[in-house]
Amino acid sequence: MSVLRPFDKLPMLNSCALLLVGSDEAIQQKLAEAMLREKRSFNISIHLATSLPLPSERDHLRPRIDMVVFMIDIKSKYSLKNVETSLAYVDASFFLGKVCFLVTGVGRVNACSIETNAVCKLAEAYCSPVLFCELELEGIRAATAQRLLRMLQICAGHIPGVSALSFVSLMRNSNVD
Amino acid sequence: ESADPQQTAFALRKAWTLYSVTPLHRFRRSRLSDYARLLSAFIAAEKQKGLAVEVGVELDIKVALSSLAELRGSELDQAALLVQLSSRSRASSKNSEDKLVWSGWFCSMFGDELSENVPENFTCLPLFLTHGAESYTSLVGSWFQKTFDCCFRRLAISPLNLSWMVAMWAGYKLERAASAVELVFSMPCLSQPLDISYAIHPEDAKALWDTVQKTPGEITQGEVDVFMDCLYAHFHRHFKIHLSAAKLVKVSTGIASAHCDGIVKILHSQYLPGVLMLLTELAISQIQ
Repeated sequence: MSVLRPFDKLPMLNSCALLLVGSDEAIQQKLAEAMLREKRSFNISIHLATSLPLPSERDHLRPRIDMVVFMIDIKSKYSLKNVETSLAYVDASFFLGKVCFLVTGVGRVNACSIETNAVCKLAEAYCSPVLFCELELEGIRAATAQRLLRMLQICAGHIPGVSALSFVSLMRNSNVD
Repeated sequence: ESADPQQTAFALRKAWTLYSVTPLHRFRRSRLSDYARLLSAFIAAEKQKGLAVEVGVELDIKVALSSLAELRGSELDQAALLVQLSSRSRASSKNSEDKLVWSGWFCSMFGDELSENVPENFTCLPLFLTHGAESYTSLVGSWFQKTFDCCFRRLAISPLNLSWMVAMWAGYKLERAASAVELVFSMPCLSQPLDISYAIHPEDAKALWDTVQKTPGEITQGEVDVFMDCLYAHFHRHFKIHLSAAKLVKVSTGIASAHCDGIVKILHSQYLPGVLMLLTELAISQIQ
């Protein structure tokens, strides 16, 4: 049983690694393909998993994971439960800006099985941002892919002066201050 | 809180299609007979134009509008408004009875959230329920839209709201032996449509809800989640299928049944106000 840790491996030169965790494999595949289609100047490897923990046998073959995206489908209660149980296998230090929740299916309000409040509370509890999108629509999928790529670059430390910790401070509710 | 059974009998045991309606402008309760006449003329004119609703037999459509003073929740609520379309075939004799071909009613049950905030001259009846041919529904709907500058929208019910309904209704006490609590799920991502129907003995469902609910009379989202999770876990234990990944499309209990397309059937007059209150809330959130 391996807990995901952010700094237990050395980074590769000019590379980033992203881990997508979500119960819907088809939509994961589509998102990964959209990200790979984007023009970029660095190497990227996208790892797909339906849940955590990742099998420990192949652990030595995996690169250092720079960012984890937990995918939740608003139409499936099961996807939320799956993410909740997977969160336990991520080391606490990952939650300093290297984790993001991606909620898809928001285009169909009448098909929602999950309260968006519940997802926002979960994200708040884990100090990580939530992105709402509709991955079934190609345009939004491409836009989401671009956003995630940008976030990934920052998480991998490729952008000088901006670290993943900035995401945490951006999340502070302006009403609270 | 129980309404007069005579007034509410028409609402029971019929499948009603739900709509949300924005507030009606300059609706006068005193002019109901005028409105009935105008609507009747409108329907006749539309039929002349060739938008015939029934081919073959010539039918005169008679319109009746009535107020149902009992069907309301709070002081701010407007009394419900019932529209009935009956037909009498011209061929039959004068003494033959009119046949009810379509009925629809507007209502507001504790719709204070909306009624409190509208300007004068607006009447709030956010929930519209219809039973009968779709063609008549669109005729009546377009007349109301033109006359009172309001807007109708089909009211769909999300799986989240359906699970609230089944949790709430399964918990109600019924004297006689009630029908099973049934949930129908539609499985996603399959080439052939597949529905799973999950039926639970009503006493078992009520017993489960009683262990979950902390405060009688109050329901929280957390309690509904626990109730549903128990049902999902039980099903998974026996069939190894995660119903939580499927779409809940229909729920039915001894009290009432509801379908995600916005179709509701109420079976028990005692719980009619409770069901209408929930539906009014859904209608209002769709309007806002």
